[in-house]
Amino acid sequence: MARMNMVQALNSAMDVMLARDPRVVVLGEDVGYFGGVFRATDGLQRKHGQHRVLDTPIAEGGIIATAIGMGVNGLKPVAEIQFADYIYPGYDQVVSELARLRYRSAGDFSAPVTIRTPCGGGIRGGQTHSQSPEAIFTHVCGIKVVMPSNPYDAKGLLISSIEGDDPVVFFEPKRLYNGPFDGDPHKPAVPWSAHVRGEVPEGHYTVPLGRAEVVRPGKDVSVLAYGTMVHVAEAAVRATGIDAEIVDVRTMAPLDVDTLCTSVCKTGRCVVVHEATRFSGYGAELVATVQEHCFWNLEAPVQRVTGWDTPYPHAFEWDYFPGQARIAAALRQVMEAA
Amino acid sequence: MTPRSRLHVPEPPARPGQEPDFSYVQISPAGATPRPDVTATAREIEPLALGMVRVLDEEQRAVGPWNPHLEPGELQVGLRHMLLTRLFDDRMQKIQRQGRISFYIKSTGEEAVAVAAGMALQPTDMLFPSYRQQGLQVLRGRNLVDLMCQCLSNTHDMCKGRQMPIMYHWGSGNIFSISGNLATQFPQAVGWAMAAAIKGEDRIAASWIGEGSSAEADFHYAMTFAAVYQAPVILNLVNNQWAISTFQGFAGGEHKTFAQRGPGYGIPGIRVDGNDFLAVYAVTQWAAQRARQSGGPTLIEHVTYRAAAHSTSDDPARYRPKEEWRAWPLGDPVTRLKQHLIALGEWSEERHAQLEKELEAHVTACWKEAESYGTLTGGPALDPLTMFEDVLKEMPPNLKEQQRELRALREAEGTGRATTPSSSAAGKG
Repeated sequence: MARMNMVQALNSAMDVMLARDPRVVVLGEDVGYFGGVFRATDGLQRKHGQHRVLDTPIAEGGIIATAIGMGVNGLKPVAEIQFADYIYPGYDQVVSELARLRYRSAGDFSAPVTIRTPCGGGIRGGQTHSQSPEAIFTHVCGIKVVMPSNPYDAKGLLISSIEGDDPVVFFEPKRLYNGPFDGDPHKPAVPWSAHVRGEVPEGHYTVPLGRAEVVRPGKDVSVLAYGTMVHVAEAAVRATGIDAEIVDVRTMAPLDVDTLCTSVCKTGRCVVVHEATRFSGYGAELVATVQEHCFWNLEAPVQRVTGWDTPYPHAFEWDYFPGQARIAAALRQVMEAA
Repeated sequence: MTPRSRLHVPEPPARPGQEPDFSYVQISPAGATPRPDVTATAREIEPLALGMVRVLDEEQRAVGPWNPHLEPGELQVGLRHMLLTRLFDDRMQKIQRQGRISFYIKSTGEEAVAVAAGMALQPTDMLFPSYRQQGLQVLRGRNLVDLMCQCLSNTHDMCKGRQMPIMYHWGSGNIFSISGNLATQFPQAVGWAMAAAIKGEDRIAASWIGEGSSAEADFHYAMTFAAVYQAPVILNLVNNQWAISTFQGFAGGEHKTFAQRGPGYGIPGIRVDGNDFLAVYAVTQWAAQRARQSGGPTLIEHVTYRAAAHSTSDDPARYRPKEEWRAWPLGDPVTRLKQHLIALGEWSEERHAQLEKELEAHVTACWKEAESYGTLTGGPALDPLTMFEDVLKEMPPNLKEQQRELRALREAEGTGRATTPSSSAAGKG
């Protein structure tokens, strides 16, 4: 088994799929000759050729629209939007076109487009390189929305996304590209090579979409998280000594209600964590789902720990980031409730 | 055999390790391009989109109908602004390499595109730059300390710590807030200019985008609205050959000049030597006069070269020959204006060296002052509780609650541990 960081795992997923399936093409800004600003497509054009791995003009709407056209014409495009913060010029193409094509043509047309895009903060990227816009995509019916938390899942989920027949928006928490960041920027960085989920098969395998995973079993409280926040939650749980069960959501849409609600019904308490802003955030969907399915098992009000309802501020990113202290406080609060 | 289509993938003329090749850049001789009257119709101006307005010849003498006949004193001011912009850029890049700011974008080699164009406009005209026209701030007299404090996110930061470095704004200087998202300012400038026309003001707008970001739909919005309403706006397209790793062919430059897009919309398109201070000045002056006389918009393609990396997060050695900048056929705008002034007998190498020393000292003094207002790692720090301000004009209840929560959390933690910078990776934003 190889050791890979998340960038290498994503690269490997695309490499495997380009080799296996002649319909797969990769396109995006700087993804070809240069290999991507985060190196996720490094070497792929050299290996698979200029007609399989395409540099594009700087036009996110154009990238997504042409990917739709390619998908309609039988290809399986994997489009990179360089930062999730740049995806908005392509939003109409996602919402009005990509997500509804199958429905509006009663199955006559569809476009199996995978849109990869780095999200999240913690790299001093300010408001235009730090956003987590997953909720504005989960609110759109007709697309799947994924966010992995480790290299193994990243590769397996990306392969599943590419192989599937439906469009997927695949968010990559860029603070996790090089290591399992636990929310403390003052500690030395930990590489993926030291983490069990940094072990990644070199060949083809899949991690199914629509399935959450219990990454830490526990009996006191369920923590529902995804992306970077899985690791921050793990560190917060260790610090508090509370026996929490951590569930990595992995696919936000469609949601694995069974895994999430089985956990919450078992523990009777729940904390929802995400980095994105709070108001109308994806956490609201999780809390509503828990309330519907677990109300009679709940011992305490469900808590949300999220980014504040402001743009991501450059200088205060660690005051903005929902770190260990805030998660720990929420854990204690749900434990103290009668 | 049945003919089959084949995908064309643009290839730059040279990659790392190869000889730079700029034979694709069509260059007109200095003085050769006619200067139409500002009242000429868009159709009459069409040939200007294909040629190249140049004033400085090979000996850096000013020739031809576009010579703006500036006084030596004005040229010296222009040289000073360009040199100061370059030295400021060099210093800020070093400071970023030392880890004292998170990110920086230089404008090296493109100083004339901002400075000469800005000098040909009135201080009351509104500017909508991209992130590579810091020369506009310099020429309008912005205190460098203000720019440095923004890059430092310190207690004097105009953005109150909310923005990455170089995302300046200057309301009283009539320079709009720089966006990290590309090309958005282009149609906004058109709207500003439409408002000026609606109000009957004698003010015009000018905006800048790169050739790379002209692929965004915003370019089309800007051109269409500007043409429909004949807005008093100058739309500058800075063709610096590179958009991070993709050369101008990926923006559509292989088949037509970018200036030629103007006539397609019914807008005059002028292609200009962007490293010729006098040519950029003259073309801007022409377009400004036309706009003020209700002649409508002009698209100006500035042919120049991005001498530096895209940003401090970029490494151009991976995708283009290192020697390209030295091989660039339109030279260096600072050197060319310097040599022009020397040819006029109004400047000398000694005076230039003296000016460089003086400006270096100025930059150093500004940096010392800026640092005294705090850095990412030390000194006075901004209050993080201010992050909740300005989301809306009045703070809504949810933000008041979140501000209380953060205050309590910081008090519980003993507050104020300094945050450390980490490497920032910013793309085309």
